[in-house]
Amino acid sequence: MLPLKNVLMRQVIEIRIECRSISKGEGKGPVLSTKDPISFLGTVDPETGNIIDPNHELHGKCIKDSILIFPYGKGSTVGSYVLYQLKKNGCAPSGMINIDSEPIVAVGAIISDIPLVDRPNVDIFKVIVEGDEVIVNGSEGYLEITGSK
Amino acid sequence: MYLTREEENILNGEYGTTLQKAIEILVALGDIYGADSLIPIKSAQIAGVSYKTIGDAGLEWISSLKGTVKVPSVLNPAGMDLEDWAGMGIPESFAIKQKEIIKAYSELGIRVECTCTPYYLQGFDLSLGEHIAWSESSAVSYANSVIGARTNREGGPSALSAALIGKTGNYGFHLDQNRVPTISVNVECDISSSDYGALGYIVGKMISNKVPLFNLKSNPKKVDLKSLGAAMAASGSVALYHVKNVTPEQLHMNFDTPEETIVIEEEQIREVYESKASFKNNCDIVALGCPHCSVEELEEIASLLEGKTVNKEFWVCTSREVANNSGDIISRIEKSGAKVLCDTCMVVSPASENYRCMAVNSGKAFNYIPGMCKIESMYATLEECIDEAGDRN
Repeated sequence: MLPLKNVLMRQVIEIRIECRSISKGEGKGPVLSTKDPISFLGTVDPETGNIIDPNHELHGKCIKDSILIFPYGKGSTVGSYVLYQLKKNGCAPSGMINIDSEPIVAVGAIISDIPLVDRPNVDIFKVIVEGDEVIVNGSEGYLEITGSK
Repeated sequence: MYLTREEENILNGEYGTTLQKAIEILVALGDIYGADSLIPIKSAQIAGVSYKTIGDAGLEWISSLKGTVKVPSVLNPAGMDLEDWAGMGIPESFAIKQKEIIKAYSELGIRVECTCTPYYLQGFDLSLGEHIAWSESSAVSYANSVIGARTNREGGPSALSAALIGKTGNYGFHLDQNRVPTISVNVECDISSSDYGALGYIVGKMISNKVPLFNLKSNPKKVDLKSLGAAMAASGSVALYHVKNVTPEQLHMNFDTPEETIVIEEEQIREVYESKASFKNNCDIVALGCPHCSVEELEEIASLLEGKTVNKEFWVCTSREVANNSGDIISRIEKSGAKVLCDTCMVVSPASENYRCMAVNSGKAFNYIPGMCKIESMYATLEECIDEAGDRN
């Protein structure tokens, strides 16, 4: 009995990961993941969602409709409005996951209706890899892996 | 975080989307910083006003909000003098957008007074221990340190949310334990006037976001403390400081001496003046009033300009209310050819970009001008700034 229970537990943990809720709503998409903090002002083009900062790990990629995983935001507080602009232009991520959210990204996500959770209870960079399909539920504070490459 | 039933109802959307979003922001920030509850605030000061900084996206968000602020609220400086923008060299396309931003804020019941010195305004007086939600870094520092009121450095949307709800999260500088000094700063020389801005510029770089306790040989006036705090909040992110035997909280609490100490010597302060002294006589603009001038500072400038004609662009920045209350001081300043600008300043206005090198007597302006306006700046005393613009013909 015990081994079987352990297997089931592990499967449950693999698909549903508890987090803290920051911005409400639910979003789904393919994962784009970086350990590099993001300053939305200057790093992301609000017209396209492309990462335009050549010094950023995700340079050349597009955050549109993705589930964007990054440790936390940094830089100018105007970054909150860049998220709002991305949303208005249809280029925002479907959801975001932080290690520790800070005010710039938290406020930006809330005013832009982008689901955001932080403090996942697993090492997110090990458990989720690029290409995974993930649901972020910011209302209840969890994420789910629904598929992978 | 504990919410009252009323706050829960707002969060559930019973009072509409604007208040729902506003309280979501306050709750999210409260959760991030470990607040136990929301606490009432006396007033709010909202950053994110200049079109240069918030752009079309900011304008669109503010315009989407509906409702009325619950506490007296004012704005941070805008990108231009709201009346004499043409005289500053601001293009009409910018002015139209800037006025739309002001209108959107005003429709939320916010007073159209754009200043980094709200503590000079009627209805914004504060006393020891009162809670507020202010944004502009020098105003935050002044309120916390010189008055002993309590505020975190709010972002634009969070200050606006606090204004709409009339509350803010109980965390950070609202709590006693975060207001205790963490480093002593011993200043080994007598200093006066613009030396305080130079001191703040140096110390901010050295201590980042610590809470310093200053031991000064000289006795600072309130305007000196204003310059000190503004500079430290710009070159570092100091939001609260204490001065031994001067600031109210230090007098009441009699804090223990912090374990860490740094010493500032005369040479370091002189270095701030000398670092860009090669621009002497080569500045093409002089700008005073960062933070915005008080009536007393305007009087000092008026006296120094008496009988002189400035032959360079010369700005004196203040709030519209202070200007309106200054009687003939403004006309005495303007008689010299200097311009008194209201609602804006040299740091947030795009008009600064039209020049090459700006002489300033503010540690805050000296810190920000090169990065934000892409021009040089030279640090000088008030008298040297006036000499820089003087009539040598």
